Amino acid sequence: MTQRLVIIGAGMASGRLIEHLRDTAPNAWHITLFNTEPRGNYNRLMLSPVLSGEKTYTEIVTHDDAFYATHGIDCRFGESVTRIDRTAKVVHGAGGPVPYDRLVIATGSAPFILPVPGKDLPGVVTYRDLEDTNAMIAASRPGARAVVIGGGLLGLEAAAGMAARGADVTVVHLMGHLMERQLDPAASYLLQKDLERRGIRVHCRGATKAILGTDHVEAVLLEDGTVYGADLVCMAVGIRPEVRLANDAQLEVGRGIVVDAQLTTSDPAIFALGECVEFDSQLFGLVAPLYDQAKVLAGVLNGRVAAFAPVQTATKLKVTGCDLFSAGDFAEAPGREEIVFRDPARGIYKRLVIADDRLIGAVMYGDTADGNWFFQQIKEGANISARRETLIFGPAFEGGAQSDPLAAVAALPPEAEICGCNGVCKGQIVRAIGEGATDLGLVRARTKASASCGTCTGLVEQVLATTLGDAFARPAAQPMCKCTSLTHEEVRRLIKANALKSMAAVMQELGWNSSCGCATCRPALNFYLLADWPLDYCDDGQSRFVNERLHANIQKDGSFSVVPRMWGGVTNAAELRAIADAVDKYDVPMVKVTGGQRIDLLGVRKEDLPAIWADLNAAGLVSGHAYSKGLRTVKTCVGSEFCRFGTQDSTGLGVRLEQRLWGSWTPHKVKLAVSGCPRNCAEATCKDVGIICVDSGYQIGVGGAAGMDLKETERLAAVATEDEAIALTAAFIQLYRENARYLDRPYKWLKKVGLDWVKDRVLDPEIRAGLIERFDLSQSVYQKDPWAERATPEAARRFHPLATLMQEAAE
Amino acid sequence: MTRWIDIAALEDIPLRGARTLRTPEGCVAVFRTHDDRVFALDDRCPHKGGPLSDGIVHGHAVTCPLHAWVFDLETGRAQGADEGAVATYPAQVMAGRVLIDVDRLAGKRVA
Repeated sequence: MTQRLVIIGAGMASGRLIEHLRDTAPNAWHITLFNTEPRGNYNRLMLSPVLSGEKTYTEIVTHDDAFYATHGIDCRFGESVTRIDRTAKVVHGAGGPVPYDRLVIATGSAPFILPVPGKDLPGVVTYRDLEDTNAMIAASRPGARAVVIGGGLLGLEAAAGMAARGADVTVVHLMGHLMERQLDPAASYLLQKDLERRGIRVHCRGATKAILGTDHVEAVLLEDGTVYGADLVCMAVGIRPEVRLANDAQLEVGRGIVVDAQLTTSDPAIFALGECVEFDSQLFGLVAPLYDQAKVLAGVLNGRVAAFAPVQTATKLKVTGCDLFSAGDFAEAPGREEIVFRDPARGIYKRLVIADDRLIGAVMYGDTADGNWFFQQIKEGANISARRETLIFGPAFEGGAQSDPLAAVAALPPEAEICGCNGVCKGQIVRAIGEGATDLGLVRARTKASASCGTCTGLVEQVLATTLGDAFARPAAQPMCKCTSLTHEEVRRLIKANALKSMAAVMQELGWNSSCGCATCRPALNFYLLADWPLDYCDDGQSRFVNERLHANIQKDGSFSVVPRMWGGVTNAAELRAIADAVDKYDVPMVKVTGGQRIDLLGVRKEDLPAIWADLNAAGLVSGHAYSKGLRTVKTCVGSEFCRFGTQDSTGLGVRLEQRLWGSWTPHKVKLAVSGCPRNCAEATCKDVGIICVDSGYQIGVGGAAGMDLKETERLAAVATEDEAIALTAAFIQLYRENARYLDRPYKWLKKVGLDWVKDRVLDPEIRAGLIERFDLSQSVYQKDPWAERATPEAARRFHPLATLMQEAAE
Repeated sequence: MTRWIDIAALEDIPLRGARTLRTPEGCVAVFRTHDDRVFALDDRCPHKGGPLSDGIVHGHAVTCPLHAWVFDLETGRAQGADEGAVATYPAQVMAGRVLIDVDRLAGKRVA
């Protein structure tokens, strides 16, 4: 018989509980889920990457509307529970009462608010949910001042996130060093230095006296008299279990809602789960024990024997570029000894704490690769006296040849924990792989390994690789090149989020492992930087493929081709005469009409390029960019001007489009076409942007292809005027420039982001205006004829040999 | 023996780029790397004859512009899975000038 289960709170613990119930007893419960936040469960651990701009909210949703619908869960989102009536077994919410057979309280925790004057001023936020995160994002304009009160895990993630968005951030911390619960002073010092290097001010031993301001927060006053100006104050001084409902219902409450090992409260029909509970005088803030609780509670609800027993947890900070790790007990105490390793030049610090010849704690900063291995040693509690000398060097020293990360992973025992958040050990992953989970996504779905904070993704992949051997196919998210482990998408995001404006900054900040990149990453980085920072970044010709560096297409014999622009495919006698003269003068072996309605001069010698360009320039011809990852051609038919079927002036629109877009660099080449009627003589339906003129206006299609792949365009919009068609096209091109990965044509990019995502932006008047404004800004820098710039004697010299060594000179 | 001749100022070669030197036996590419070292190699990829001087210079290597073979500038050897090599010639920078060993260049003709 189906029983009624009411759950209060849709956080990570109750989300996990629902999944366990679904997997083990899909029809046993009818679930009603209350949540004060107007949404379901998302990965709260990932709010920091959302704040810093490395992820978006949609990427961290774990249970969407479809999930709740599929499993028949009554969602009462955005609704607070007002009262629990234990006698009648009814939960009262704003939207009406709900009876229960079993009740789970998973109200989580509430941020602790310092009782200082000004704490209720607008502009004072906490860091708990998406609303807080969005408030901080909105307030983190470049130059805005933010003060974070609290230098613990949450406070520092908030500070780093806002700093990444350009805000001027100060962290005020009551204690003598940052993250004092997880770090010792030495590691904390390195962390503080790293944060200060990012422009974050750190004020330790700072007690907040008052928050100042009249209608809005203006400053923070400390006990020592220091005043920090602030447009936003984030209070991250700690959390306390949210126990108000339990108190009102007269359940037993200590610091949290008191539960036994079966998560049962003092009322046998009511259970509690997550950060709101107190078990064995302990509170729980990290996700791993909460997931354990969810699993136990699912068992208990389904009538099985299960008991919760807390285990040790390890800590990591999710701030890109700050690697720290701590586990176990690392405080100094009588009878404890320590082993310390420091490498000041590289900012590395490692400290192991030993008691009774057993490892009981570890703190690491700068190089945390061995963190999980040390954590494993702590949990195993083995006697380490025999390997004490080398212990600090980690697993690499133990087995000799384990500098290969795969060997280290292969050597781990089955009970070694891989995913700390979800408590998944290597054996479970190997078993799941044996049962058919042969890629990361399947392992994640089956075991939850790497599904929460994601820091163990690499380890899970290594387990896949060691288990499957050659059968393991790396996931699609390939690193950009061998110089980095980051993907194109990650690099693009970090360039924007961290305001990296030079290639040296990218390579330094993102940890490139080569001195100046390679032939794969340099052209991509050059494009990303010039697209994101047109005014700050200076285009680097030496990072361009030869065609774009020399503004001509290299041919198989090392000669080049020259293609002048013919606007919309239209030319005239004077231009044709100039082309004919150039062909004669420079002995051009082949003249060919291209597929893009212009004329190609093939087989020009490199040293002749500047001169032939100067001659063509003199006749008014400019570079056609037939070699660039940029706008190539706008192909047109003759349209209403001459054609008896033409509905609009397709040629004229093509010319206007080409004049607006030429010179812009894009992730890959971009080809356009405008057809004057649906007969489509300009073949507009297989172009990156193709416009079909009809009586009522212009149909704009995007994402066509006629190369290695053949694809028809999809409709972006239909508009009435030429101006609208041009505006939409420019906005689409700019969106593509800002977001696509280098060497993805628009159709490939569209496949990844979806046409709806593009429409939501390009068709929104405000977003469109911003896109066009940024496009025009870039054009003010890049819409210059490269031929004219290279026809000067100094520039032309570079196309010639340095010297000619004659026989005599050589002998 | 070694006979150095002065062929250009270092500034005449773009940083992480190359210029060519025309000899009776074909072009030699003179590369300038990120650390201002210079290297001289035959300007002809053994694969399909691509002009290495037009490739992207990264570290102490160049990627051929035609089919992306990568050559070590120190040894002239193709990297990775590709097999082949181009001849290298002694070159150095002294007081901001690029010097090349003209006897070895002459030897190119004999060899």
